[in-house]
Amino acid sequence: MAEAVVTRLDGPAVEGAIAKDLARRAAAVAPAVIVLFGLIWGLGGAVSTAYAIAIVVVNFVCAAALLSTTARISLGLLMGAALFGYLVRLGLIFLAFWVVRDANWMKVVPFGITLVVTHLGLLFWEMRYVSASLAFPGLKPAAAPGPVGGSAQSRDSSGEKES
Amino acid sequence: MSASAILAQAAEAGGDAKNIAAAASAGYGYGLAAIGPGIGIGYLVGQSVQAMARQPEAAGMVRTTMFLGIAFTEALALIGFVVFILLKFA
Repeated sequence: MAEAVVTRLDGPAVEGAIAKDLARRAAAVAPAVIVLFGLIWGLGGAVSTAYAIAIVVVNFVCAAALLSTTARISLGLLMGAALFGYLVRLGLIFLAFWVVRDANWMKVVPFGITLVVTHLGLLFWEMRYVSASLAFPGLKPAAAPGPVGGSAQSRDSSGEKES
Repeated sequence: MSASAILAQAAEAGGDAKNIAAAASAGYGYGLAAIGPGIGIGYLVGQSVQAMARQPEAAGMVRTTMFLGIAFTEALALIGFVVFILLKFA
């Protein structure tokens, strides 16, 4: 007989899939942001921007790893890991800034802007691909490739034109 | 000590006091900015854990929403951190 209340989760770790997807999107958009900020703030701005993007991605990956690992152990531990993980990761972000604060390439303004904009931008972007159904609890499945010669939608539209 | 030397010393002390006040304000701001997201994440994860315990078949969906919710709430703390470093180091 199944338990009425579960105390741990053994299913697939959806956090890992989301973090991987976020990292993939960050890698895709990073060159454009680095070049843009490099044009405005010079080489230091470009390096600071790349450093900030790396911090954001590592933060997502660490959060996902922590949550998915603790969920397999206990829901109580998941609760604790989410709260203390938040504090620890905030401290690590501060530490990551602190160790390079006096480096000659560090430009605080592009670093700060990138940190916030990349974090929020990636999350809003990811929300478009998040599924809210029991069939696909993590990300929505990618659209099936259409037949050779065009997608189903284009075939329908061409059919309408012919008729 | 001449009057000009006393004035210079007073100006230097005033500058130091201003720097200390700016650093303290930035630190307090950062600390205060971390409180709100802490409460938010606690509430969010608490409700999510309750939902997963009551309805395990929806756990994947709840975890997806919870992960994104945590990340969005963390953004508030990141904004506080960025304001802190801009005030202190820019």
